[in-house]
Amino acid sequence: MHSSEIIGWFADICLVDRPTVGGKGGSLGELTRASIPVPPGFVVRTAAFERFLSALEKEEPIRPKVEALDANELEEITTLSEHLRTRLENAPLPDEVKSELVAAHMELCGADLNGPLAVRSSATTEDAEDASFAGLQDTYLWTMGAEATLKYVRSCWASLYSVPSIAYRRKHGLPESGVAMAVVIQRMVNARTAGVMFTRSPLTGDRSVITIEGAWGLGSAVVSGEVTPDRFVIGKITGEISVREISDKHIQHLPASGGGVIDVETPEHARRVPCLSDGEIAALKDIARRVERHYGRPQDIEWAIDHSGEILLLQSRPETVWSSKERAPVARPTEDPLQHVMKIFGGRR
Amino acid sequence: MKTTNMNATAKRTGFPLPSSLKVVAGTERAQAAYPYYMQFAKDDDERFWFYNSMHFPEPMCVFDMITAEAAYCALGSANTRIHCLPTTLGIDCRIINGRVYIGGNAVTDPAEIERRTKEFQRRAFYYYANWERLFAQWKNKMMALIRDAQALPKPELPEFEPLEHVHAGRGVASNHYILETYQKTLEGYFRMWQHHFEFLLLGYGAYLTFFDFCKKAFPEISDQTVARMVAGIEAEIFRPDDELRRLAKCAIELGVDSQFREGASPDEIIKSLEQLGKPGLAWLKELAVSRDPWFNINVGDGFYHYHRSWNDDLSMPFAALPGYIANAKKGERLERQTDRLMAERKQLIADYRELLETDEDRAAYDQMITLAHRVFPYVEGHKFYCEHWYTNLFFNKIREFGALLVEHGLFSDPEDVFQLSHYELEAAIVDVMTSWSNGSPPRGISRWPAIVRERKAAIAEWAKHETAPALGPVPDIIDDPAIVMLWGITRENLDTWLTAGEQPHSNEIKGFAASNGVVEGIARVVKSAGEISRLRKGDILVCQVTNPTWAPVFQKIAAAVSDIGGSMSHAAIVAREYGLPAVVGTGTATQKIKDGQRIRVDGGRGVVTLLE
Repeated sequence: MHSSEIIGWFADICLVDRPTVGGKGGSLGELTRASIPVPPGFVVRTAAFERFLSALEKEEPIRPKVEALDANELEEITTLSEHLRTRLENAPLPDEVKSELVAAHMELCGADLNGPLAVRSSATTEDAEDASFAGLQDTYLWTMGAEATLKYVRSCWASLYSVPSIAYRRKHGLPESGVAMAVVIQRMVNARTAGVMFTRSPLTGDRSVITIEGAWGLGSAVVSGEVTPDRFVIGKITGEISVREISDKHIQHLPASGGGVIDVETPEHARRVPCLSDGEIAALKDIARRVERHYGRPQDIEWAIDHSGEILLLQSRPETVWSSKERAPVARPTEDPLQHVMKIFGGRR
Repeated sequence: MKTTNMNATAKRTGFPLPSSLKVVAGTERAQAAYPYYMQFAKDDDERFWFYNSMHFPEPMCVFDMITAEAAYCALGSANTRIHCLPTTLGIDCRIINGRVYIGGNAVTDPAEIERRTKEFQRRAFYYYANWERLFAQWKNKMMALIRDAQALPKPELPEFEPLEHVHAGRGVASNHYILETYQKTLEGYFRMWQHHFEFLLLGYGAYLTFFDFCKKAFPEISDQTVARMVAGIEAEIFRPDDELRRLAKCAIELGVDSQFREGASPDEIIKSLEQLGKPGLAWLKELAVSRDPWFNINVGDGFYHYHRSWNDDLSMPFAALPGYIANAKKGERLERQTDRLMAERKQLIADYRELLETDEDRAAYDQMITLAHRVFPYVEGHKFYCEHWYTNLFFNKIREFGALLVEHGLFSDPEDVFQLSHYELEAAIVDVMTSWSNGSPPRGISRWPAIVRERKAAIAEWAKHETAPALGPVPDIIDDPAIVMLWGITRENLDTWLTAGEQPHSNEIKGFAASNGVVEGIARVVKSAGEISRLRKGDILVCQVTNPTWAPVFQKIAAAVSDIGGSMSHAAIVAREYGLPAVVGTGTATQKIKDGQRIRVDGGRGVVTLLE
């Protein structure tokens, strides 16, 4: 297992490698190196994309054509997008890229050649943290076999040339030369329960609690909002569970037998049952604290628990909503500490 | 002084008006025995009142109303006249059908608040600044007061004045001294309450200041977590329970532990220890050490004459000993691990401090927690001296007057004395003084027995009737710090009380989350301290007001639920100490939960669920 210009294994990369492994890849590397449990995997670095694209550019220009487009000419964008996506999805990979990728795939899957994987876009730009941009990138869950990996890596790359992506870049006048994408290839967790958690309250910004949302099956049902998750609030320091809202989890995302993910109705007896035990809530809290301490700032985290009860993190990114707010101190020290009591005794609060 | 009631802008909807409450038929004369200034009148309909079931969960005997009278008199003078709290004066008190209702008196005029603020800063700030010295002085004053009360002679009327009095030329007969003793007894009791409130609201205020900061910095922090950061480790209130653990250990060391059998009476155990000879007597000597003063703790909160102290009734401490002995034999450490508790508190404070976002916040936090730690020992410690030790001396002295009146034929049981108001008792004493002096029978012989019977019947009758949790229009907000802190009454609370009647089928009862954890078990609804002995291991205690002097009970029970109390009620503190789930301030738990019913207590959420 060694990293190269093409492949970066999680253990060898970290956040500063973001320009070549993207935000998602850098974060997974960072977590792996901090000994936080993460499903094993690697990143197909942007260099692979560059090699692939230059080979294609030689046959027929890509970037100049995109740059020549007018952001308002949706019809032209659509025509070019369809053309480019077909090219990218069908063109063969450069030999070196292909052989390294297949070798990494085999190493990741080991004996379980068809072991399910997730293939996820990992964008390199800061803008990618913008939700409106992040949503434009593709993720392929529960893919099986090396052929699928080769296929979906190109699909991720091709998603850079989707209509909304091109329109977004043209609208903001972003240079095409800077456009690149890394792709995360990661073992897939057959999640019994999965969801998200926030190391500061999304409702109040409180940093002393961790809010956990989860539902049965794969986390995609929670992230996409297709199911109302159970919600728990646990004291970061005290471990007290102060909120337990158990929802009606009517559907769940489960792996399809031939690969991919399907919506399945949750059996009646499980719909209103908590998807996490108190012990699991506490374990998630402990992991969340470690991640937050590692980064030194509040985090939004995606997690999954497999059928053996093991907790794995799929993603961690800095919390932006509350952290970007300028917050005045709750109170300032006073020359005479007694003045503080006037808040209680001095009049209406 | 310009003031308005706390509900000046209240809506006209809400709880029943005081004027709509009827005195239970047949108890009108018993109701009239309470002082005129505690009777509801027409203009009381304008104000908001709530039933103080935290301090007065049972109908009050007419004598026992002195506890409310003296307490509110002292609370009011501390707030209104001594420290001049800017936004609140004292508390008004009324009684109907034996139930005590109280209402706050807020100051709302900004100019008046401003004027009082200036006074407050010259008075309360002086107390804060000199807290340690004044508190040390307070303890001396309280101990002197206790010694004075202990020194009061037993009221006795000998057939002839002792010869030595005559030869000494005293010239004043014993009947005069019984009046003097009675008046000194009352005077001492009223004075004790003045001391009780000397620091109390200031202590709570400093605590609330820190509490308020934490709630703003950490909007989702639980009340109990803030309480844990402030709570003392070696407060007097833990001592009686500590003494029991010590005695359990002594019993094992002396090899007499097998004498402490579950179900045996204290008398039987003491007798068997005496028969054992040396080791048994050694243990009894240790018992005597613990009893003075730590068994001067009563099984209530000091507001009822029949909440006897451990010293007066050893059954409570003795009932706890077999459990402590069994635990010690299992190898459990009996001593409270104060070092560990202290380290935990320190860590908790440091952990929350780390989460604050600015240096300024951290500096302010440090100032506030420092002040809270300085003042809080008073809040935790005063009860032992006031509500327990002094109060026991007081009620026992009144009992001695009861015995005197029985001796002179006014009634048949010394406890009947508590069916007279303190004014009536003084009259009865003068009656006996006169009778002793002139040789005629006391006039009260034909008066009191019927009245005592009537009043006892009224108390029994009133106990069968539920009473409204609040009266009058609902205030828009409740921001009187004393009422929120001491009684756990908030605007949200009142809404719950108002809607309680509309959801008869709900199987959930909500209250304050007082101590974390989830437990299922059998509910034991304990309506008075006398029923404590019904609790069995693993039961869930359901009561109107939980009380720290019930601490030994907490080793037996699995969880606690109460009608009244905030997160700083002593019950909440003791429950956390024992790591038991507790939900307090439910308003209706003792009415909704049936004795023997299976319930689930979720102390982290503040919810009790009826399971059957």
